[in-house]
This record gives sequence, C-alpha cells and structure tokens, in this order.
Amino acid sequence: MSNLIVADRLTRYYGDHCAVDEVSFTLKKGEILGFLGPNGAGKSTTMKMICGNLAPTDGAISINGIDLLERPKEAKAELGYLPETPPVYRELTVNEYLDYCGKLHGLKRAALQKATLFAKERCGLIEVANRLIGNLSKGFQQRTGIAQAILHSPAVIVLDEPTVGLDPIQIREIRSLIRDLGEEHGIILSTHILPEVEESCTHVQIIRQGKLVLNDSIATLKKQLAGSSFILATSKEIEGEFLQSIEGVNTVETLKGCRYRIHFDNQQNPAEMVAEKVIQSGYGLRALTPEQRSMEALFLEVTRGEEG
Amino acid sequence: MKIITIAGRELRSLFLSPLAWTILGVVQLILAYLFLSQIDYYLMIQPKIAGIEGAPGVTDLVIAPLFSNAAIILLLITPLLTMRLISEERRNQTLSLLFSAPLSMTEIIFGKYLGMMAFMLIMISMIALMPLSLMAGATLDYGKLAAGIVALILLMGAFSAVGLYMSAIASQPTVAAIGSFGLLLLLWIIDWAGSNSDKGSELFASLSLLRHFENLLKGLINSADIAYYLLFIILFLTLAVRRLDNDRLQK
Repeated sequence: MSNLIVADRLTRYYGDHCAVDEVSFTLKKGEILGFLGPNGAGKSTTMKMICGNLAPTDGAISINGIDLLERPKEAKAELGYLPETPPVYRELTVNEYLDYCGKLHGLKRAALQKATLFAKERCGLIEVANRLIGNLSKGFQQRTGIAQAILHSPAVIVLDEPTVGLDPIQIREIRSLIRDLGEEHGIILSTHILPEVEESCTHVQIIRQGKLVLNDSIATLKKQLAGSSFILATSKEIEGEFLQSIEGVNTVETLKGCRYRIHFDNQQNPAEMVAEKVIQSGYGLRALTPEQRSMEALFLEVTRGEEG
Repeated sequence: MKIITIAGRELRSLFLSPLAWTILGVVQLILAYLFLSQIDYYLMIQPKIAGIEGAPGVTDLVIAPLFSNAAIILLLITPLLTMRLISEERRNQTLSLLFSAPLSMTEIIFGKYLGMMAFMLIMISMIALMPLSLMAGATLDYGKLAAGIVALILLMGAFSAVGLYMSAIASQPTVAAIGSFGLLLLLWIIDWAGSNSDKGSELFASLSLLRHFENLLKGLINSADIAYYLLFIILFLTLAVRRLDNDRLQK
C-alpha cells in the first residue's frame, strides 16, 4: 500500500532552540497514528509542518506522493487539518462556515451540498446548523472544526487534540468517528489523553524534546505491556521462601496485609502453579490478579527515562 | 474563483459587524453636512460670479471640495476598516484554515484586498449619489465628476493596500490601525516638508498621496498619477504577500 504521509528528517529551529529534531515517519491508508508527548515536546510544531502552516528548517514531507514544499497547493488539497484552536469564524453560522470551507477547497454546488451534509451528519451538527458559531459551546465549536477537516474527504486528516473541551459522551462519539474515518483515510491525532490512544489508534509515536523516542503499533505495544507480574492475596501469611521456590517465579515483593507481588519471565506464567501450591499448603487463596503495565507507565518511562 | 470566495466572506463579515454600518452612516452624515454647506456657499456667491467669463461652475465649487473632504475623512476611517483583515484572523487562529487550504499567499491577500475594495466601492457610490442629486436642478460637468470618482477609487485602493499590509504586520488590530493611519498621514502631508525650500520638494511632492489626488480631482487624468497609484497598490500588496509568507517561515 502506498504511503499517505512520508516525513523525512523533519527539523525545525526557532532561533537557536531546536523544537523538532530529525523526525521521520510514514503513515499508510487505514492507519490512525497517535502522537504523544509532554507539553512543549514539539507535537504541534510537527503537525503544523505537515499541514504547511510552518516551513521546516530542514527535511521533506510528501502527502499522498506529492511534495508539500514544492507543490503546496496540490498537496494541501489532500489534507484536512484541525489546529489546537478550532479555526472558526464566530460571526458565521455553521452552514455558512462549512460552505465557505468547501468553496476554499474548490467544491462546487452539488458536491458542496453533499459534502457539507455528510460532514454535519458525521459530526452531529444537524441541529445547530443554522446557529452562529460564536454562540455554540466549546464542544460544538470543536465539532465544527472537525467537520471542516473532513469536509473535502482528504486522504490525510490531521487532528491536534480533537477531544479537548468535549464531554464524555461527545468524546466517545468523536472517538468512534475517528475510528470510522480511519478506515478510508490516514489520520494523525495528537493528544495528552493516553486511553484515547489505546482506544482509537493503530500506531503510537512518542516525541520528547523534539526527538522521536518511540514508534510502534498498538498491537506490539500491548504485547509488550502484557504484564510480567501478578498480585497474590491470601488469608494467612506466607514465608518468603515458599513462594520463591515455585518454578517460574523470579522475585517476590511482600506487600501489606498478606499480599504479594510476584514477578516472572514473560514466557512462562506460573500463576496456575502458585495457586495450586498455595491451596495445597492451606494458606487460603483469596485473589490472584494479573498486573498490566499501563500506557501511562510506559509513557512516563519513555519520556522521562533517558534524561541526563 | 477562490479569490472571490475569500473576498465574499470578508465583505459579509464586515456587514455582519456593526462597524461597517456605523462607518457608512457616519461618513454619509458628515459628508452630507459638508455638501449642504458647500451648496449654501455656492448659492451665496453665484450672483457675484454669474457675470464673469469662464468662472468656476457647480462641479468645481461643490463637487471637488466634497471629494477632497471625503478623502480626508476616509483617511481617518480606512485604518479602522482594514485593521482586522489579517491581524484578527491571526489572533483568532483562523489563519491556519487559509494556510492549510489549497491556496497561495497571493490568493489570500488578493481575496482580502478585493473584499475591502468592494466595501470601498459601496461607500464611494454612496458618496457619489450626493453630487448626482444636483442633476435635478443644475448641469454637471460629467467628465470632472467621473475624474473625481476615479480619483477616489484609486485613493481608496492605495489606502486599503497600506491598511492590508499593516494588518499583515501587526499582531493586534489596534496596532495595525495606528500604523496604517500614521503611514497614510505621513504620505499625505509629506510634500509640506519641502514646500518652503525649492530643494527636494519635487521628490516629496511626487511621493505625496495628496498631490496626485488633487491633479485628478481637477479633471486632469494624467497617466503619471494613475501609474503612481497602481505602483503604490502593487508595492504594498506585494509586501503583504511577503509578510504573510513570513508567518510560515518565522524566526
């Protein structure tokens, strides 16, 4: 399958400060790429460069095979972008605004009407279509911004923090919208919210101080994250030696109130063994809970880990 | 096509805010007062000049002063209209909509400029209605009237170009307004500097917006004056395109 976005060693300096340092990645059709990073890591700068709002100091970008820097107009036609603040005109109604955006992308009457209707339906804007954008809540403004980005059915959709300011129900709707869109388009979204990435993305990138420190698919990550420890709770206290002697157990941490954290190698899980032995010895098994390393732990590890 | 789309939205947004209506109303009111007092003056001196051969007519005594007053009032007002063109979009971060749409910087600037000029044409046609009302009772010199209207259009084109450029520079609309007002006023009065000494006054006079306007207002359509305005407009529009492109390249 062809690459929708190819970013090649993108670099951006603000004066002497290097905001983005040789970031390279590709995005294929059907992929939803989650862009993660602490504040000021260079997420928005990277997104602005992809969308032609900021010229990179060095490097190349191509959108759907068209070089963004050499043929910006053609490349931008394949692009839908929602910046951090939705770029809406407060004095226009949703209908007027979407018409305007469609015309900027060269849509004509029939196609324009079809496209705006589709975008309004997808983003749940039908009932507010005739209201002024300035009078709408932040959530609806955000949705109008998303509608604008998907209006001309671009190959690539770039969303900078699309769920900011939405209520939980709207967040769920937007996430499922993103998943739906991801089937036909390539999507990049940046966010601070880690569950969002786990839920709606197929790939993750973590950026730290302008450098790409992780680039992997969610499936492989989940495998890696699948725990290497579980928590055992019993009714009587167990001597440390006993657990340690069970095959497959690496180390045992004793926690408060007859609870133990047992670490093991990824390949063989000694849970069954442990349960059997504990019951046999009459310690009274109460609970056996597998522990999963969360995305958050990984995020902290990657963004903080290699400092100094 | 896309230029027209941008211009259309710009014009629409102007009329959606009270600013455009207020300005149209205030300008019309002030000019109507000046127009009436000019007519009063003309009626007073008409008997005295009636007998003189080749005396100035109603076009010279009413319409020319009206247009030159209009120019001064518009000098004060254009910066208020043009200040939001780009700086407000930059503040509200709606500029990225235009940047990520398949548009060149030139198209964005031309779209904005055309939108502003459309508003200016509405205002000029409102102003031109006043002298045209004299047709009911007097014979007008249509050539001179047309020259006056052309002069106003060219002058407004120049004012708008400066305002657009200043709006592209400034991050706040107020700063853009003050900047363009200052620059326009300076270019308006620049020929005063050399008026006492002969040296250098030629250069300043040829830079002055006022001088070229006065020539046209006399009914003297000179290609040099027209070229001056066209070059002036092209210069500031080019600068605005360059400035907007700088947003992308910044630092």
